[in-house]
Formats: sequence, structure tokens, C-alpha cells
Amino acid sequence: MPSLTGTGPGAQPRILSSICCYCGTGCGVKIHTDGNQVLKVSGDERHPSSLGKLCSKGMALGATVRRDGSRILSAQWRESKDEPRRNIALDDACDIAAAKLADVIGTHGPDSIGFYLSGQLLTEDYAVFNKLARALVGTNNIDTNSRLCMSSAVSGYKLTLGADAPPACYDDLDHADTVMIAGSNMAYAHPVLFRRLEAAKERRPDMKIIVVDPRRTDTCDIADIHLAITPGSDVALFHAMLNVMARGGLVDLDYIDRHTEGYAQVETRIRAFTPELAQELCGVSAADIVQCARWFGNAQAALSLYTMGLNQSSSGTAKNSALIHLHLATGQIGKKGAGPFSLTGQPNAMGGREAGGMATLLPGHRDPNDTQHRAEVARLWKVDAVPDKPGHTAIDMFDAVLDGRVKVLWVAATNPAQSMPDQAKVRAALNAAEFVIVQEAFANTETLAYADLVLPAATWPEKSGTVTNSERRISRVRAAIEAPGDARPDWQLVCGIARRLALRIAPEKTRLFDYQDEAEIFAEHVRFTAGRDLDYSALDYATLDKDGPQQWPYKGPRSAPVRLYADGVFATANGRARFMDVDYVPVAERVSTGYPLRLTTGRMRDQWHTMSRSGLVPALTRHAEEPFIYLHPNDMLRHNIQDDAFVKVETRRGHIVLAAMADENLNPGHAWLPMHWGSAFMAGNGVNALANSARDPISQQPELKHSAAGISVQNYAWQATAWIRGYIPSLRQRLSKWLAVFPYAVLMPSAVGGEGLRMRFASPEKPDTATLTELVRDLQLDDAGLTFDDPALGITRRIQYCGARVDAFLLAGDTRGHEALLQWADTHVLPADPGQLLQGRARAAARARTVCSCENVSDTAIDAGITAGHLLEGLQATLKCGTSCGSCLPEIKRMIQRHNTQEIRV
Amino acid sequence: MKKRKLVVVGNGMAGIRTLEELLKLDRDLYDITVFGAEPYTNYNRILLSPVLTGEQTVQDIILNDADWYRKNGITLHLNATVTRINRARREVVADDGTIAKYDRLLLATGSNPFILPVPGNDLKRVITFRDINDVNLMIAAASKLKRAVVIGGGLLGLEAANGLAARGMEVSVVHLGETLLNRQLDKSAATLLQKDLERRGMRFLMNRQTECIVGDEEGAVQAIRFTDGSECKTDLVVMAVGIRPNTDLAQKAGIHTERGITVNDTLQTYDPSIYAVGECVSHRGMAYGLVAPLFEQAKVAANHLAFHGIGRYSGSALSTKLKVTGIDVFSAGDFIGNAGTQSITLANAMAGIYKKLVIKDDKLIGACLYGDTADSAWYLRLIREGKSVSRQRGQLMFGEGAESQS
Repeated sequence: MPSLTGTGPGAQPRILSSICCYCGTGCGVKIHTDGNQVLKVSGDERHPSSLGKLCSKGMALGATVRRDGSRILSAQWRESKDEPRRNIALDDACDIAAAKLADVIGTHGPDSIGFYLSGQLLTEDYAVFNKLARALVGTNNIDTNSRLCMSSAVSGYKLTLGADAPPACYDDLDHADTVMIAGSNMAYAHPVLFRRLEAAKERRPDMKIIVVDPRRTDTCDIADIHLAITPGSDVALFHAMLNVMARGGLVDLDYIDRHTEGYAQVETRIRAFTPELAQELCGVSAADIVQCARWFGNAQAALSLYTMGLNQSSSGTAKNSALIHLHLATGQIGKKGAGPFSLTGQPNAMGGREAGGMATLLPGHRDPNDTQHRAEVARLWKVDAVPDKPGHTAIDMFDAVLDGRVKVLWVAATNPAQSMPDQAKVRAALNAAEFVIVQEAFANTETLAYADLVLPAATWPEKSGTVTNSERRISRVRAAIEAPGDARPDWQLVCGIARRLALRIAPEKTRLFDYQDEAEIFAEHVRFTAGRDLDYSALDYATLDKDGPQQWPYKGPRSAPVRLYADGVFATANGRARFMDVDYVPVAERVSTGYPLRLTTGRMRDQWHTMSRSGLVPALTRHAEEPFIYLHPNDMLRHNIQDDAFVKVETRRGHIVLAAMADENLNPGHAWLPMHWGSAFMAGNGVNALANSARDPISQQPELKHSAAGISVQNYAWQATAWIRGYIPSLRQRLSKWLAVFPYAVLMPSAVGGEGLRMRFASPEKPDTATLTELVRDLQLDDAGLTFDDPALGITRRIQYCGARVDAFLLAGDTRGHEALLQWADTHVLPADPGQLLQGRARAAARARTVCSCENVSDTAIDAGITAGHLLEGLQATLKCGTSCGSCLPEIKRMIQRHNTQEIRV
Repeated sequence: MKKRKLVVVGNGMAGIRTLEELLKLDRDLYDITVFGAEPYTNYNRILLSPVLTGEQTVQDIILNDADWYRKNGITLHLNATVTRINRARREVVADDGTIAKYDRLLLATGSNPFILPVPGNDLKRVITFRDINDVNLMIAAASKLKRAVVIGGGLLGLEAANGLAARGMEVSVVHLGETLLNRQLDKSAATLLQKDLERRGMRFLMNRQTECIVGDEEGAVQAIRFTDGSECKTDLVVMAVGIRPNTDLAQKAGIHTERGITVNDTLQTYDPSIYAVGECVSHRGMAYGLVAPLFEQAKVAANHLAFHGIGRYSGSALSTKLKVTGIDVFSAGDFIGNAGTQSITLANAMAGIYKKLVIKDDKLIGACLYGDTADSAWYLRLIREGKSVSRQRGQLMFGEGAESQS
């Protein structure tokens, strides 16, 4: 439908096929646009990876396309660290960057430059960044947030199978008869794949599903056995399973003999890992371990699905390897429904690695330590040589910045001031850097605070290029609309600076960055894959446009879903897969008296990473409205913590304060914290202030998943809650400063009443009157319609409303009216006596919580439906909940189950 | 035994209330004689405002009719102003020639409206608002004249203005200060009040000082002129700029007076046989113009007149209400506060409510309410009791009922 306004000349309504920019599933999306703006985003039925399905985040993509203060619209620069940045012309920004780079390279050498990139970038962006770093600057200091995400999966695959390549494909979800999901809450992190598995299980109830996770997540809803193992004990578990299979004659000795090596040592090692020992190490019953091993060993097709629980670990490579052993020992690889399948976290972590976008990689899955590989790459780039000195991986990179070895840090499309572990150190490094370039689309990331130069980046759906998903499928990402302001695709920003830099330091290399378009970059990139394990040198944009997304290796026109190693020939030098003799090593940080809790981290259902994009969609904030930590009810009792009480969570690296919630899905002694909240949403340095930077010795991936933590109740005498309606970006700009004022502070985008912000503050002492007055002013409540002030006690209650519509409120010092006020703001139903709310005693019914984000269906509505006798089908028919993306189905099913259990008890 | 003689000068609320209290204690102690300057038996002066608006009649506000005096054996002299006290002979003389002897004399002479000393203050249709006669004048004026100016934005002034407006006049209120009722309300409440009254059609000329009242050739008021040179045409001027305790009689008799007739805690003047109550007295330096203190004084004075000798009057916490239908205003105690006090405020713009409570050392010491005065009696009690309110502080603003629910 053509829009009547804002349609420029030549703008045509159209529907473009592209790819969702969130996780590594790589779902196909159709972008409906009038040429100027995105009207709607829907699933693309023709995309072979997702078959038209999207999750709640993907469904809401259209709402992330904003042209307001949420975007960086022009380059910004500050001449010195103590100045504010000001907007400058993009050309000037490129000149400044090139001059600075040339200057520092000239003075301190190429290794004083570091690039820290992102799995969000497209393959073409990676290709030019990589070329800039290695072929022009001359450094291997180029790493990405994939280091925090997939590098253990990479090293696991490479050590055992010979190449960084998930051997399975999504089709296998339909054909497996034993599925082991390890270290993955795929119901939240990869919902579309989870839906597919759920459907397969429904079709074939005989399918056995094992979930290995310290916490009972929504993924466990389809599990036949949930192994709630002690964090970090995965290797012991997998060894014990192999032990059971070996003793029970469930291994395929013939396959082992013909296609692998190293089994003998591993077989010797796992003899000690009896189910009984594993029971002790992992905290799950030996009988369950035996059962799981038997299911796995007896399966016609055994599939493993795994992600951060294995990867974000100081023994991530060992975990990956030990899991892959189970497949090698049983021959469960290279065939329909089988294989060790790493689910990639980011949309293009795969493509990034294909383009060599990591310190430890060169394009085409090559190794920078390999002389011949370096020579091949130099030849393809038409340069004399590429650097041989090893580059810094992510953690090292920031250490090098901190101690001054790296002077200029160029960050693109990622947010290390939130996502890196040990934030205090990372922030010290960002402060210490001589010059920080941040190339970013969103104006809200924590890292921007440290930028000397900001480059305005285009983002989805303004960019064009390719991405590779978890099943090695390359898809075209298509630009549907123009980028706003001065924002440019990342590769163009890189080329703009690279050409200028080349003019200064190596004029003959200027031509290296003369690309017409993305297609030309892609064409150059695919030449690097020729003759390599991932060979897709025959692929070009025309083929992708004509035949749709293609899996690598790509030999020619469209074929059946590709599995690797069907012939038993692996990507190692001798073609044999390798058993790696890895020992079980516990987590890096043991619990102690001071830090008695095992703190693990994970995802929320409707948020993505550091929320720079997903946090712009009010509807996605409904499922979890403010930061919290889950504790086991027993631990809450022991520490005398009430539900929703403030607790200080502390590790050896830092602390944060948030609300505690009881969760029986944890084991006692465990705590669980979502990973999303940075200092843009809460006081302090965000959740990763706590996280551990201890890392895997091979993959260099930090142990973001586990820390030993201490907990203490904070009995804050003074509390405040506030809510204000309005545009999230501008409100955040005005109100973020309050995060620094109180020891407990959160500021969250909110869908209450449409769009706005919610705030909650607490401190041991009441703030002085001047502080309260300023808070009132910032919330635009000076002339609020309803006010109650007792400043001597730190009490201020203010409600601004007009008719039935509330526009803002603040309850300071006494927050009892909070829920009732949110209810009013959300429903526009004027309470009988608004003045009552000032007393905090109007007891509104508990406010409904949204379960289904797509159809906006609340828990109360679903409960009512269940009470009325509806089962899932009935609820879907009457309320529409769970009929769109389906991400909420596990929760709805659990609600039905809980209701039925209660009835039985009654 | 021959009865003692009690003479009461003043037939108003304070004097007669004292008699009522006395009769409750001892019906037979005195022969009582009352002198009243007005032609009416004791009436409720507070309710002159509703009479002016027409909501009540003069009959409605009579407190004690002639029958009451008769039944209680009280000799009543109406239209009789006492002009002299002969303390040596213990007798009083009225302007109608009546002479009455006393053993005890009770002075309840009330107060007089203050007349601005400006040229033209004696013109025709320049009146005050004190008694039934004034009300009758205003009612008569409203029936044939168009415009009125009330000088004074205090309680009386606003009530007069409201009454005249209710009777169809175009009323302007002239006020010297920045805000209305500046002795009874803080600025926030006064602002609300002004807006509410403006909605009723009243006009306010704030920060204006009257220079003179301009008359026409017939000696009747025509306009009022201010010191800033501006003028306001009018057919009637009501002066409501304050009252002065009526001490003339006492002074002439040589009884010590300050601002009012000086009394001790038993309401006794410097002459041991003479007592005084009501607006005419000065007690511990305070002269009260409100009804509640008068009643408290009456009770104490009656006790001593009855020779019971117990009861002390130690002053009153002041509270006021504005008698304008539909506008609820209340204030009591120190409702402004200072550096040593804490304030709790509540405002509901939509409902036109503003409340302020002032607390010192955990005690309620003042309250100012606008729009909702349902809890005024409770606040007044708390102020008078002076007990700690720290326990109920959170609910204090929401009234006595709120306390038990919390």
C-alpha cells in the first residue's frame, strides 16, 4: 500500500527478501516498504532455513527502524578527551581518522592499531576491514565479538574435524531420534529452530530429547531428561556418557577405526569417568547419565545442539571436543539427523570467520601462523606480504590498550563497554586509549561514551551484502531503504578511511579499496574460498538472486541440504577426525565463603545482546520489565531475602545491585542473571562488571557464563519509582544521568501506555530536597496535577494526568502506588479516586504481565482462558496467543501444566 | 439571701455564650441585665454571610429569642449602648438613660470595623460589613445598583464580595497584598482561591492601595481611586479591612487596655469585679476575631463568675474557615512554617485541592487546607493536643479515617 506522505520521487512500494539481523539462525524476512520507510516485516516462506517463521524479536524488526534520536546521523569528533563531541562532516571524519592512523603507525608501528569488530557486520564489511588491517595497516590486531561467542566452537571443530564448519543442517532437526541440547536455552536464543524441533517431537513422540543446563529453562519443556549439571562440568558428563557407551558396546569401532584417530588415549582417559564419578562431579544422577548415554548410543540418528553454555567457558574447547567425541565414537555425523551442531550466536559470525575477521584467522579459513596461507592471502590481495606477528584476541586487545601497546582502537558494530567481561578493566582501557573510533548505528551504546571519533553507520535494513548462518547457508541481505543522515554502510566507511590512509602511508594501495559495490567485494572474497573446505568460489550475487540462499561448500546450482563428512573424510590433513585427549577442568572460579553462589548468565526471550536495537521496541520490554537476578528460594530464605528485594551481587571484579526473584528452576546455591543490561540501563558498570575474563587456553574465549558470586541484601531506606510517556531515545538522553546518582538505579524502555521509560531508584539515605526537585523537573512533573510532598522524609509523589491519560509519575520515598499507577497508565482507565493513589493504598489487582509479545496477550488473560477450560488449541483460537512467532509457547504450556497440577492437588 | 447582680455589656455571641455557660453552672446566683446596641436579640454573626447571599434569613440566624431572655429572668435592653461605667458605684449608664447596678460586670463589647482614613470614607454608600444593618444595606443596594467594590481580600471582604456577586452585582475586590487571605492561607492555596472566585465572576485588583473615594454631587460614592492613579467606577463600597477591639467604654472607665481590654487567664480585667470576653479583649497580647476562642473564653469566664474558681484560659490555636458556599478553606496554627519546621503538601489540580501541614519536632503545628476541609477538626485537635504525630505521619494528610485503614 503506497504511503500518501513521505514518498519521494521514484519510491515504489515493494517487498524485498532479506535476513533477520539477530541470531545465527539466519531467518529469511520479507521487508515491506514504500521505498522510504519499512511498513512491515514478515517471515519469508521461501527461505530454506526458516520456512517463513520468525521469533518475537524478528517479528518486531519493523519497529526497530527509527529515524529519531536513537540513530547516529552524523560523524562526531572531540579534539581532546575533556571536550564534548561535536558533529562534523563525514569527509572530515575520514580525514581525521586517516591522519591519526598514519601518525600513530608512523610513530609506534602498525601493531599500535587495534580493530574490534562484530558478528553483526556483513561478510563484505568484514572483507574490507580485514584487508585494511592486514594488507594496509599491516597488523593482525583484528578481532571480533565472535571471540566472546563462538571461538570455542571454532577451535572444537578445527581440532576434531579439521575445519570451522558445523557439519549438520537444520533439516536434521526433523530427522534426529535422539537430540542432546547442551548449554543452550534454544527456546529463547534460537526460537525458530526450537519451534521446528518441538514440531518434530510432536510428530514423532518417540524422539528423545536431553537438555543439559544447570538451570531448568523453557527449553526443558520438551526434554525427556533434564540434566541440571553443575556449571562447567560438561566434560565430565560427556566423558561419562562415552564411558557408558564404550562399556555397553554402543560405540562404532569400525567407524572409529576407519575415519578417526586418537580414540585409544581418550578411551583410556574416560575409563575413570564412571557414571558414579560423574554423578559427583556434575550433580546429576548416574542413572540419568546412563539413560542418556544409551539413548544417544542406540539412536538411529543422534543430533547435538549447543551454544554458549559450552563456548563461554575456560574449558570451552575441551567441552566442544568431548561432545564431538560422542558423535565420532558412534559415527553419528555426516548423515541425516545426526551430528554435533553448534548453533551460532550472531547473524554473521560464520561469514566473518570466512572472511578471516579474527586475529587467529585469515580469509578462507586460513591460519595467520601458516607461512603458505599468508602467502596465498597476500597474492590474492595483490600485496607483497601480510603480517606474521600474531594479533591480539579480544581480551588481550583491551589489555594491550590498557598498557599502551595499542594506541588507536577502532570499534565497529559492537559494544564492548557492555559485552566484555570484567567491565572495570575494559572501561579503564577505553579511558586509557589514545584514540577511540566507534563506528556505530545506534546512539545509545555504552561504548560511545569513550569515543573520540564516531562514524555514523548504516544498519539493517539499509545495508546490502551477505551473511552465513549456522547451517553454512549464505543469504543476501538487501537494503530496503536509504540510510538516514550521513550514515553509510560499514564497508564504505572503511574504504573511505582506507583510501585516505593509503595516500598517506602507501599510495599504491589506494586502489585496493576502490570497490563499486558489495557485489564486487563479494566477488573478491569468494576467490579466497577456492580450494578450501568452505569453497564457494562459484557463487556470486547473480546466483544468490536467481537461486536463493546457498549452503557452502557450493559446487553448483541448487542441491539438497548439505551435510559435511558424509563420506567419512574430514577436513584434516590425513582426512581422519581426531579424538582430543581433554581432561575435565572445573570452572576457573571456585565458590568460597565470600563468594558462595555459582552465578550463571543467559538470555531473556525478547531481548538481544546489549539491547541497542531490541531495546527500541517497547513491546519487547513487556516480558521482563526490569533487571533482576534469579535465586533459589532456599538461598533467599537463608540470606533473608524477600522477593523483589534489592541485593548487591558481588564477584572479585565488581558488583551490581538489582532486584532478587525466586526461581525454583535453579539448583540451590545457584544464581542466574540475564546478560543484557549494561550501564545504559542500570547503575554501575552493568551485568558484565561481574563477569569473569578467565579464558579458554586455546580459543581465548572468556568464561562469561560463570562466576563465583556473593550476595547481600540492601535494605535501602529510600526508594523511588517513576514512569514517563514519550520517545525512548530522547527520554533516555535526558534521564540517563540519574543512573549515576543512586546505588540502585534502573532505567528501562517501557511499553506501558504505548512508549516510554520506567525508572526505579533506591539508596540508603533519602536524597536532599534539591536532588528531588531536580528529579521532579527532569520528569517534567513540576506542575503535576497530583502532588504529595514530604521532603523532610524524602517523599514526593507526583502524577501528571489529563482526563484518563497519565503522562508521567514519580513515587519517591513511598512507592506503594506503583503497580496501580502503571495499571492506570497502561489501561487509560481513570481510577475512581486518583487521589487515593497518592496514599499508596489503592490496591490494584496485580498488573498483568505480557506473555505473548506478538499478540500482546497477558498472563491474566491466559490464566482466565485456562480456568475456562481451554487447552493450548483453545487458547490459540480464542486469544491468539502463541499463534504468531510461538516464542511464548513453552511458557503457555507451563501455565496450563501448572494449572492442571494445582487442580489435581485440590 | 439577696441575689447578686450581673450586668453584661454586649448582646453578642461572646456575652450571651458566657451567660449560657453560667446558667448551666448556677441558675440562681445572679440577677442578670444585658445591654445590646442593636435592635436584635443575640444572633449568629458568623452567619451574616449566608444571609447576605440569601441562603439564610435573619430569623434563621437568631440564637436566642426574646423568650429565652424572659425564661431565664434576664433583663434585656435593646437599642441601648452603655456609655459609662461608674466603678466606684458599681453601675453602668446607657444612652437611653438606663442605669444598672452590678456586683459583677461582664464586658463583651466586641469590635468595630476599621474605616480606612482616606478622603471620601464618609460618602453615601460607603459601608462596612459587621451587623444585620450592614447586611440589610447591602441587600438593598444590590437590588438597585450595578457595581460594587469591596476593599479588603480577607475573610469578611471575600464573603461580602461573594454575597454581593450572588445578588447580581459586578464585584471587584481590592486588596493591598499580593495574595488573598494572606493571614489565613499560603500562596498556593490563595492562588487556587482566587482562581475559583474569578470563575464565579469576581474581579480582583491586587496590590492596590486606596487613595480616596470619589463622590458625585449628591455626596454618594462614584468611584475609588488608587495610589497608582488608576480608578474603578462603583456604586457601592464595602470596607472590610479589619476590625478593632471596642475598648472605648473600658478606657473611659480607667480599665487597663492594650490592643483590647487586658484580661488574665480567668478573663478578669484589672478591676476584680469586671470581666471581659470576646473580640474586645487582649489576652496574653492576643486579640481574637474568631468564634472558637470566644467560646473557650466564655466557658472560663462563666466558671469564675459562678465562683467555682477553676478553669484557666491559656489562649487558642487559631483556625479559620471561609463561609463561601462551595469553597472550602481552613487554616490553623503556623501553616507557613520556617527553617525549623517541615512541611507536607498535597495538591490535586484537577479536583482543586491543596493541603499543607506543618510539623515541628514531630508535632503538627499548622494546617492550611483548600478544597477539602473534611479533616480540619482533626487537625485542629492534633494541633491543640500537641502530641507527637510521627507514627501516623504517612497517613496524616489523608485524614483521621485513613489512619485506621493503614
